Amino acid sequence: MSNRVVSLLVPVISIILGLLVGAIVMLFSGYDPVNGYIALWNGIFGDSYAIGETIRQISPYILAGLAVAFAFRTGLFNIGVEGQLMVGWFAAVYVGAAFELPMIIHLPITLLAAALAGAIWGLVPGILKATLRVHEVIVTIMMNYVALHVVNALIKTVSGGSYKTEKIQPTASLRSDFLSNLTDYSTLHYGIFVALAMVIVMWFILEKTKTGFELKSVGFNENASQYAGMNVKKNIVLSMVISGAFAGLAGAMEGLGTFGSMTSQGGFTGIGFDGIAVALLGANTPLGVIFGASLFGSLKYGANNMPNAANIPLEIVSIVVALIIFFVASGYIIRVGLQRLNKKKEAK
Amino acid sequence: MEYVIEMLNITKKFGEFRANDNITLQLKKGEIHALLGENGAGKTTLMNVLFGLYQPEEGEIRVNGKKVNISNPNVANDLGIGMVHQHFMLVENLTITENIILGSEPKKMGVVNIKDAAKKVAEISKLYGLNVDPYAKIEDISVGMQQRVEILKTLYRGANILIFDEPTASLTPQEIQELIAIMKKLITEGKSIILITHKLQEIMDVSDRVTVIRKGQGIGTVVTSETNPEELATLMVGRQVTFKTEKGPANPTDEVLSVQDLVVTDNRGIERVKGLNLSIRRGEIVGLAGIDGNGQTELIEAIAGLRKVKGGKITINSKDITGKSPREITQSGLGHIPQDRHKHGLVLNFSVGYNAALQEYYHEPYSKNGIMNYKVISEKANKIIEEYDVRTQGEWELSRALSGGNQQKLIIGREVSRDPDLLIAALPTRGLDVGAIEFIHKRLIEQRDNGKAVFLISFELDEVMNVSDRIAVIHDGQIVDTVIPSETNEQELGLLMAGHAIKGKDALKEGVDRDVK
Repeated sequence: MSNRVVSLLVPVISIILGLLVGAIVMLFSGYDPVNGYIALWNGIFGDSYAIGETIRQISPYILAGLAVAFAFRTGLFNIGVEGQLMVGWFAAVYVGAAFELPMIIHLPITLLAAALAGAIWGLVPGILKATLRVHEVIVTIMMNYVALHVVNALIKTVSGGSYKTEKIQPTASLRSDFLSNLTDYSTLHYGIFVALAMVIVMWFILEKTKTGFELKSVGFNENASQYAGMNVKKNIVLSMVISGAFAGLAGAMEGLGTFGSMTSQGGFTGIGFDGIAVALLGANTPLGVIFGASLFGSLKYGANNMPNAANIPLEIVSIVVALIIFFVASGYIIRVGLQRLNKKKEAK
Repeated sequence: MEYVIEMLNITKKFGEFRANDNITLQLKKGEIHALLGENGAGKTTLMNVLFGLYQPEEGEIRVNGKKVNISNPNVANDLGIGMVHQHFMLVENLTITENIILGSEPKKMGVVNIKDAAKKVAEISKLYGLNVDPYAKIEDISVGMQQRVEILKTLYRGANILIFDEPTASLTPQEIQELIAIMKKLITEGKSIILITHKLQEIMDVSDRVTVIRKGQGIGTVVTSETNPEELATLMVGRQVTFKTEKGPANPTDEVLSVQDLVVTDNRGIERVKGLNLSIRRGEIVGLAGIDGNGQTELIEAIAGLRKVKGGKITINSKDITGKSPREITQSGLGHIPQDRHKHGLVLNFSVGYNAALQEYYHEPYSKNGIMNYKVISEKANKIIEEYDVRTQGEWELSRALSGGNQQKLIIGREVSRDPDLLIAALPTRGLDVGAIEFIHKRLIEQRDNGKAVFLISFELDEVMNVSDRIAVIHDGQIVDTVIPSETNEQELGLLMAGHAIKGKDALKEGVDRDVK
């Protein structure tokens, strides 16, 4: 087996193993795994509506994954995607509702506002890390809580005491009749194109620009970067700002695409935290993030169909989904196993 | 003749590449056997074969006359083979005893028995004169002491055959002397030693026999007392090597670097450079001689803008660069081969090509309007690789994968190719073999002959004496004297380095008397 075959086999075997163990769990809990998986499949790919909703679910995961991956590639660990996403969501909805402008101006400004809000939320831990060496993990986690409560308070303020903001103007919406009609009236919106464009942006910044060269250099070795004349502090802050901007756009997906408003949040959305797993599944590369986000988004959306179509309780469904992701993440074990098998064959 | 280890006609291949090609090494009981070869000649590969980390394709290994199959390091341990690695494998915040027993902890009713282990460590330490405190923490002891812990580790596990992989690379001259004494003591206690090194003087000092390998091939084994450093160097490199660096007289002209009353503190705020004055002119190499820790590091870092200046003034080409950023200083004409190549010199996780552009990536043609031009960068990298003989699989390879010597050649290539007016070379030949050292010295002299100023910092007196046109001696943060190499000797330099600032024969004698007292 060549290395190439191994690389292709690993994800396939991982997913099969995950499904198998998931099946055992369902079996022991007294549910029919075959029905369960048919329901999962139909929930993801069953009809054009399901496909539309699945893609809609993938968009924010891509952006959250990019946010984590970008920080990681430049030497930082951004656990604050969740908070940056929430402030981005609010900023998008606020700007989307408060102004009346032609779409060609309104929509870009709204997206920019979301990115800017996320960037500012990333700026704080960035500055603290660069100047006082406070570890970014601690600050970003705390900033998540600050975001949750600040955003809830702001929703109350701008809505005059209500639990929900106004609907955004149609000129700021990512909703698309065309995409919606195409997928049997699903809520699929243009956000997926924004997300894919950002995948290219991340690749471009890291692999093509001078800024990317400096960011990576500082992430790997601050001393050598200082020796080479780079401004280490500036690059640490910039890394968090760009990462936060991606996260803010993930919030815009929810605000401008899926919901069109923001409701007071009882807790975290989870997208930001899942973004960590998405990035790691994708080995922190832009293309890999698309793969990780697709897996997460599909399972998350498709699993909704399992309680309805196969009568499997949500708790069991969560376990099954977690198992599949676990086995994909532990692809390393399978890779080692395959290589052992290879060696034995060669020895014979 | 009794051999404890015989490696007969060993061949180890990586793909098509023969890292070891038909090498034979026979170790007698009670001898120090040196294994000599250039950087990347295959010394470490051969020892990894012996230690069970690699399996050879051809050849056989015999221990005490019996053929053995060393399939992993545990087998090597059981056969009494121990390895003292070049890069120490110690846990910083554990004690010496804890490090030594790590992986084979003696237990008493399920609890680790530190007390007995410490007693045993102390006994072995006393037997071989290692003088270690079993309860000291690794982070609190010197590099030389850490190496002794590595030696102890092998002895504790019952090794009779010790492999030393370039043991003197990170030691001070004093520590090297102590290590040599320890090795001799080990021999008198019945151990046998294989010493991997490319330092010829060391081999002449301690070894009984030498096996030379060149580009993976076994060249042969000679008896140390019947050879000399010149012959060994020729065997190792495959051509005549000049030890005395060839160079014409210097023609110094205008001043390039001027340091006036410089005061620099270290990280803890203690003054390390205390009102230092120094001047370097175009067309000369000034060597800085001194014992490690007398302010050399702080002086270089201050000139390069990597450390804050507390007082005084530094100018390059009459331009005041005191307190300027590293970028501005580089642009004023400084090239800097840093002391610590892993900390400052390279981004190890960057490719060779990226590192080749590390100082110039920000301007044309390497980047334009914020967009990198990696095509130009790889062209430049390939030029450096070729011109400076950097042995790598290609400019895309991670710098981490290069051997230390080749990493150093990459840095030197990058800095010299920028043709700076002032080139600071801090320990430029540390860890390199004679061939590479000769090459680097030639490059430094070439820079000088092209009318550039070169500032050479080295702990090796030989190097300072051979290459410099003037030698500034640093002691306790000040230049105590400046001497001409042809008018001085190692003894005088040694005294100056120790802080005896008075020159002349009487002073020399007086200094010796003082030291004796």
